[in-house]
Amino acid sequence: MTTQVHEIVARPRPADAASLAAWTIAAQVVDPEIPVLTIEDLGVLRSVNVTSDAVAVTLTPTYSGCPAMDAMRDDVLGVLTTAGYQNVSVRLVLSPAWTTDWMSEIGKAKLREYGIAAPTGHATVRSSGPAGPISLKMAVKCPRCSSLNTRELAHFGSTSCKSLYECRDCLEPFDYFKVL
Amino acid sequence: MKADAPANDHEDAHGHVAVDVSTLDAELIEGPSQATADIAEYALWLGDDSLVLAQQLGAWISRAPELEEDVALGNVALDLIGHARSLLHYAGTATDRSEDDLAYWRTEPDFRSLHIVEQPNGDFAHTIARQFIVSHYLFELYSRLRASADATLAAIAAKAVKEVDYHRDHSTQWVLRLAQGTDESRHRMITALSDLWPYVEEIFRDDTLIDRLEGIAVRPSSLRPAFDAAIAPVLAEAELEIPRGFVASGGGRTGNHSEHLAFLLAEMQVLTRAHPGASW
Repeated sequence: MTTQVHEIVARPRPADAASLAAWTIAAQVVDPEIPVLTIEDLGVLRSVNVTSDAVAVTLTPTYSGCPAMDAMRDDVLGVLTTAGYQNVSVRLVLSPAWTTDWMSEIGKAKLREYGIAAPTGHATVRSSGPAGPISLKMAVKCPRCSSLNTRELAHFGSTSCKSLYECRDCLEPFDYFKVL
Repeated sequence: MKADAPANDHEDAHGHVAVDVSTLDAELIEGPSQATADIAEYALWLGDDSLVLAQQLGAWISRAPELEEDVALGNVALDLIGHARSLLHYAGTATDRSEDDLAYWRTEPDFRSLHIVEQPNGDFAHTIARQFIVSHYLFELYSRLRASADATLAAIAAKAVKEVDYHRDHSTQWVLRLAQGTDESRHRMITALSDLWPYVEEIFRDDTLIDRLEGIAVRPSSLRPAFDAAIAPVLAEAELEIPRGFVASGGGRTGNHSEHLAFLLAEMQVLTRAHPGASW
């Protein structure tokens, strides 16, 4: 059950009931650019800790410059204060760096249903040394017709996290959530 | 976790809410992370490089040769802004200044950027040559900086290296495409590389600051072999030769800049300076 292991490693839910309740509320916040994905699906929500007089939430930014992070942070504050929590603080923590490997299987399924191809394979940072101009890539499956006969049109797409593909069978262009 | 941290610094429509927007210390590090003067200076070096380069790339939006490149260069700029924010925020912890204070309220002599990032966008080939050199350098830098004894710098580097890897790939593909394209594109690529190459040496020049940051900063000169090894196969495939000629004087790290920086800063800072404290 690799999925379970993945989820335990990437998104440990709080053990205590008070923190878990706040987590459940914070986990409703969605990515403003991809509103089918919650911050829990994305693996952006890392911890929620409720003490007697405060709530501390930790998020991990996706891309360094992603403007959606500000919206997600504000939305976490919003839902928790609306739910009656006082003294809510949100920290953005860079380390360990966010990776698409943290996206849940549920999240990937939602992405496909939404028309965005989910990240294929696992993130690796190419080691230092000679940069091969051609990098080996796994085929990206068309979210519309499931064909693997697709090609990248542009590596940088409508947001930092996506690249633009087209399907050579159904001829539709589509976004691909690229591996990071 | 820091649930007991003071959380009521700001009171606004949300009630008692503190937004610690950029607490960049690694998760397992306890306590606030404040840079020493030397580390702050080093963070300023790296942050200014990213900030200036991002500002340059932003100028391509709506002017690139094709729509996809508007988007690509805009996205690269956005990543660089993210790196600059993290680094300038950290630099500011030493002197209690915000990332915005550092970006908008310093003048030219206080900037620490390298001359190569200040070089004008030129034609598309010039921008690609600049990207090719800088992103390969940044990739080697951040790869090594991940092992810094300073947890904040290491965290920023670990984040940035994954993004810079994409930038490196982007510029590499374009160097190949331009060099192997038409006579015109090849001519322009050769000219651009030749125009930018004089500024390469400054990137790898050491400074006494580095001597004081052993184990924390990456010694620039130590990155040169990896940089040369990384670009050599690309240049070979593109049938481009490493240009020979003069070496620019440099001096960006001590605040001696090319004539281009002041114009760039004037444009970048004009709005903030015209409306101090404005927000929207």
